[in-house]
Amino acid sequence: MLNTAIRAEALSKQYRIGQLQRYKALRATITSVLSGTVHAARQVLAGSKNSNLSKEARRHIWALKDVSFTVNQGEVLGVIGHNGSGKSTLLKVLSRITEPTQGWAEVRGRVVSLLEVGTGFHPELTGRENIFLNGAILGMQRREIAHKFDDIVAFSGLEKFIDTPVKHYSSGMYVRLGFSVAAHLDAEVLLVDEVLAVGDAAFQQKCLDRMHQVTNSGRTVLFVSHNMAAIRNLCSRAIVLESGRLVCDAAPEEAIAQYLTSVREVGQPDASTAEPVETGSGRVRILRGKAESPFGEDNTVLAGAPARFIIWYRAAEHQSLVKLGLIITVSDSNGVNIFSCHTGMNQSFSDLPAAGKIVCQVNQIPLIPGEYMAHIVLKDDAGVAAQVNNAIKLRVVDDGSFGLVDLLPPMWGTVVVPHQWHWLPENSDMREVQHGNGS
Amino acid sequence: MSGNRAVREDAKGHGDSSVVSIRATTGWRFLDLGELWKYRELLYFLAWRDIKVRYKQTAIGLAWALIQPLAMMAIFTILFGKLAKLPSDGIPYPLFALAGIMPWQVFSRSISESASSLVTDQRLITRIYFPRIIVPTTTVLAGLVDFAIAFTALVILMLIYRIAPNINLVFLPAFIILMAITALGIGYWLSALNIEYRDVAYVLPFLTQFWLFATPVVYPSSMVPEQWQILYGLNPMSGVIEGFRWSLLGAGRGPGIMTAVSVLVSATLFISGIMWFRRRERTFVDAVGSGGR
Repeated sequence: MLNTAIRAEALSKQYRIGQLQRYKALRATITSVLSGTVHAARQVLAGSKNSNLSKEARRHIWALKDVSFTVNQGEVLGVIGHNGSGKSTLLKVLSRITEPTQGWAEVRGRVVSLLEVGTGFHPELTGRENIFLNGAILGMQRREIAHKFDDIVAFSGLEKFIDTPVKHYSSGMYVRLGFSVAAHLDAEVLLVDEVLAVGDAAFQQKCLDRMHQVTNSGRTVLFVSHNMAAIRNLCSRAIVLESGRLVCDAAPEEAIAQYLTSVREVGQPDASTAEPVETGSGRVRILRGKAESPFGEDNTVLAGAPARFIIWYRAAEHQSLVKLGLIITVSDSNGVNIFSCHTGMNQSFSDLPAAGKIVCQVNQIPLIPGEYMAHIVLKDDAGVAAQVNNAIKLRVVDDGSFGLVDLLPPMWGTVVVPHQWHWLPENSDMREVQHGNGS
Repeated sequence: MSGNRAVREDAKGHGDSSVVSIRATTGWRFLDLGELWKYRELLYFLAWRDIKVRYKQTAIGLAWALIQPLAMMAIFTILFGKLAKLPSDGIPYPLFALAGIMPWQVFSRSISESASSLVTDQRLITRIYFPRIIVPTTTVLAGLVDFAIAFTALVILMLIYRIAPNINLVFLPAFIILMAITALGIGYWLSALNIEYRDVAYVLPFLTQFWLFATPVVYPSSMVPEQWQILYGLNPMSGVIEGFRWSLLGAGRGPGIMTAVSVLVSATLFISGIMWFRRRERTFVDAVGSGGR
């Protein structure tokens, strides 16, 4: 018996840029300055292609537009698309976190979204207490949680730490506990967003096995991933989203092919999907970000050459910042993250003035030529203070700095690591390589 | 796993009743009581979390719920009882003050915590669906637990002064409910406003301080001239605190026109607060953003 589990009809969601910052007039001003900067940069890079884009159209974004599909009970539907194509918005609408602007959807049965595992964990509470709290937040009854408690703990492998406050957990342990609670939910419909990208390899395998178990148990799953292998293995069908529109609804192989073609066709990231998206608590603001290299124009850097990222920030309260950590993540035109620069525990800033700029020096840009996107995250002691996705549209050009005759095309990988090649006689000692450097 | 299957079949058995319809909603609406009932355990767990976390990493823990009103009582007794010699409806001033301070502190704390509750729990509301009105509601529930603890101090003080409650005591729960409804109503308004206009967080401390002196906490409402009583009752906390003293200590004139006005204002705040909250909650998530990926 094939029952429809999810049915979406012309589902649309519109966001107004700047709506995010409405609670402070200053913020809207800065946002427009920031988007103005990026817009200008884009025009320089992309010629006058976007100059006919009206101001009004830039102020409103359809994160989803006329998306219609059905999912049968027990089906596992993959959702693929670039960053900003509307995948997460779709899950948010289906899990009722935010309302659609137009259109409608119907979902049969209990829906659980694994948008972010461990949501609602309180650092001061123990693992045990958080299992109950998290279970309740996810809609479990107390009896149900108590009944499954031992299974949850066993799955997480955290028996020894279950009565320790989770603030003492490592981030890996945190995620393991969160996933364990979520994985033991009895939901008819599961919305999964990249949770498999967490934890160590062994735990990832455990999660994959669990996903297999879930998908074979007749539950309906919506699975969002950049991992094409996982889509291929787990899904019976897949849809492709592009700029909020559904462009393909087919068997996984066909959908993946369509997605990869669109990646190649677009080549450069589609300008309309690459608007800077700003989130965070707003305690600190990212006023502007750019990349510069000793030679080129702004946001154009040389493959294999030094470069720096510069970030202008300002604290909302005009007070000095007790603690500030940064992450700059660079992703490729498919939206796949390639590398991050992270201040980590040791290099984060303390007692910074309320405004200034921060420079991140990269000794060698390890990327082959192409279009990339840099995302910036500022963290203070209370969490993410500001995050601007698609903050810097980064162009990497080649001037032979890698010292290689020619770089391989992207299908061989987009990252270049410094390396040397040597020839040695069959039985020689490896130590000779270090001594005879660069033969 | 047999339990899992049972739950699933149960849901299937209900057929169409478990279909959730997702579409844009418009206009005013009241509470979805059926849904709230389904989420009652979440209400309990979030209140439990608030209480549990509130006194973690403090040396004396729950004793703070006792010390805060007692310290305020001592200060008020010296300032207003001894120096200013304010009247106290014929009961010892410390007892008079404490009976006003307790509901006042729970009220003012509840509204300020409610106001910031949605912002504090923004990670939660941007990632999981549940009736959002639960968030400000839990802060008031947690406040009531503080209230219960502080109540023991009041009972001890009554024993010391040898003042026994009379039959009026049966009305005490009604005034506690009135206090909770007032705090909830204001909490709904402020939390929904604060998520869009953080100005609320700046205005509130100043507002509650002013409000304290517009409420019969350090003085009896009998000091307010008769012709102003109705106006005075527009402050719903006037009715709450007067009623509180009357039912517990037998002080004051008992419920009258002022109390009626307070009840009316409180009910208006409560219902309008729910309506406003339910109207604004559609854009809460869009207003705070996703708070990081």
